[in-house]
Amino acid sequence: MSATLPDLTPALPEIFVACAAMALLMVGVFKKDNLLKVVTRLGVLSLAIAFVIMVAKMPGLDRVATTFGGMFIVDGFSVFMKSLVLIGSMAALLMSQQYLIDRKIDRFEFPVLIVLATLGMMMMISANDFMALYVGLELQSLSLYVLASFDRERQRSTEAGLKYFVLGALSSGMLLYGISLIYGFSGTTSFSVLSTGLANSENIGLVVGLVFVLAGLAFKVSAVPFHMWTPDVYEGAPTPVTALFAAAPKVAAMALLMRVVLGGFPTMAADWQQIIIFISIGSMLVGAFAALVQTNIKRLMAYSSIGHVGYALVGLAAGTVQGVEGVLVYMTIYMTMTIGTFACILSMRRDKALDLDINELAGLSRNQPAMAFALAVFMFSLAGIPLLAGFFGKYFIFMSAIDAGLYTLAIIGFVASVVGAFYYLRIVKIMYFDEPAAKFDDNEFGTMGFIMGLTAALNSPLSFLLIYPLLGLAGVAAASLF
Amino acid sequence: MMIAFTFYLFAAIAVLGGVMVISSKNPVHSVLYLILTFFTAAGLFVLMGAEFIAMILVIVYVGAVAVLFLFVVMMLDVDFVRLKEGFLQYMPIGATIGLVLLAEIVMVLISRSADITTEALSHVAQPTPEGVTNTEALGRILYTDYIYIFQAAGLILLVAMIGAIVLTHRKRPGVKRQVIADQVATRPEDVIEVKKVRPGRGI
Repeated sequence: MSATLPDLTPALPEIFVACAAMALLMVGVFKKDNLLKVVTRLGVLSLAIAFVIMVAKMPGLDRVATTFGGMFIVDGFSVFMKSLVLIGSMAALLMSQQYLIDRKIDRFEFPVLIVLATLGMMMMISANDFMALYVGLELQSLSLYVLASFDRERQRSTEAGLKYFVLGALSSGMLLYGISLIYGFSGTTSFSVLSTGLANSENIGLVVGLVFVLAGLAFKVSAVPFHMWTPDVYEGAPTPVTALFAAAPKVAAMALLMRVVLGGFPTMAADWQQIIIFISIGSMLVGAFAALVQTNIKRLMAYSSIGHVGYALVGLAAGTVQGVEGVLVYMTIYMTMTIGTFACILSMRRDKALDLDINELAGLSRNQPAMAFALAVFMFSLAGIPLLAGFFGKYFIFMSAIDAGLYTLAIIGFVASVVGAFYYLRIVKIMYFDEPAAKFDDNEFGTMGFIMGLTAALNSPLSFLLIYPLLGLAGVAAASLF
Repeated sequence: MMIAFTFYLFAAIAVLGGVMVISSKNPVHSVLYLILTFFTAAGLFVLMGAEFIAMILVIVYVGAVAVLFLFVVMMLDVDFVRLKEGFLQYMPIGATIGLVLLAEIVMVLISRSADITTEALSHVAQPTPEGVTNTEALGRILYTDYIYIFQAAGLILLVAMIGAIVLTHRKRPGVKRQVIADQVATRPEDVIEVKKVRPGRGI
């Protein structure tokens, strides 16, 4: 009775990131000066190496590899989503440094926690079993709770962390309750077994379990009606952490949601589809209307992210390969827009402190024309104005909804994006047509300028060149999920 | 015979300990009786052949939880006289709930028939393989089939530890610490100052 070692090759990127995080802790303990800078750079480097390992060890575009008794899965979809998560985390890490130093919270645990959160997200994306899903999710969430209250001297930050923790624990409870019901009624936690074993079994217990699981996951993607924590946490958390929240965990939770409903319950599509349609409509409307009255740009971005999750869910509601392809393209574009916008937000500094009222952006076009132009590109793109990248994301999503016959959903989405365009365009108006406010601190053209320029270029009409290769990749990734 | 005697002895001690936990006036005594109950429960588990759960009960509940209780009870200044004031007030509802529970148990006992027991037995998980202790049987699947979950749980605990340190550890200025190297490296001229004291003036 001897056990064989499981095949570790598919999980190599995760193993590397885990070891790297522990090594970074050691570096943090033994190195004395310039600590944050060194650990941040090493953190970015190790995420980049994990990315290279992942691409190099990929089992082929249309092949699937599982290991650890089928709990861990690597396919085109997981590689695509993990790439997004890794890029998002690297960008958040690079953008965090200056802010942490200015706020005097430059402790080396910050990059280590971001690396561990990224590891959790990668494990979530590769989960092919409810137990693997849960441990990945908790690893991610626990790191993010700590990061949200990292600025512990400031009351808003600790409040954000506590709120996020309590509501996150509640959602984990709901998720676990749902998982226990599903396990009780089907006898398995593996998505592969669930997808094949549930053919034509209409079981009320399973449906109740699925509803609870979806409620728990909707919490993590901040979809209405489980979105209440988002504005407060986004506003209170340190701004680089908010940038991370808006980019990486959202992508990972979205991937998880798609994996659960399409990988685990393809036979119960009629049951989960109506839930997804409902939370999608709710998110789009709340995202559009609640953001109209916000003046704090971080709160505005929180409502904006709720709205964008709603649009992405439209593609999932369609439940087709084309719809999933649309979601993947949408999440990619959404991430570039968010990272760019947060690079601008982190540059709104006066005397080493951030000023986050949108009226402070007045006349930015005359003081800092480059930053104003980049921010205008992001705002047009977020609004989905044609010729910019954000338009393509919405276009593919709505097309897939119309092809699947979900006309109402597409029309509501269209109306919501028109309403949403108002507050994005208001920022552009403030920057270009209002009387100039005091000037922001000059940024040395460093990391921040680079990220801003790159993401602005990706969102500009230049994206015409990139959208077809992206569509190709997303198509392959989406096909691997079915 | 011997096993039956041990079982009834342990069970009686456990029940008595449980009664003493809620009836003793001194909260510290309550915690000590709780520890007694845990120990006897662990003994009962050993009798059932579940030595792993018995060990966990002793290590986790007695070793950690009960000691924590003891600390909390000793450190918090809880006024137990005031806590017990509401006793009579909540008595009726407490008694009602107790009666409902009792009625349910009696109903289950009355309606129990032979086929229910066999059906229930068919749901019981498979016993451990012959000749393998249940600690070993657990270890065999925990470190092989579930190694991924096991390692991930370890990472979650690491994050919890980092988080606790990040959120609470403070560097206080002005704390005097003993640094042996500094003490050894100190020379007389650094710390001794020779003063000339004039008669009748002082320093």
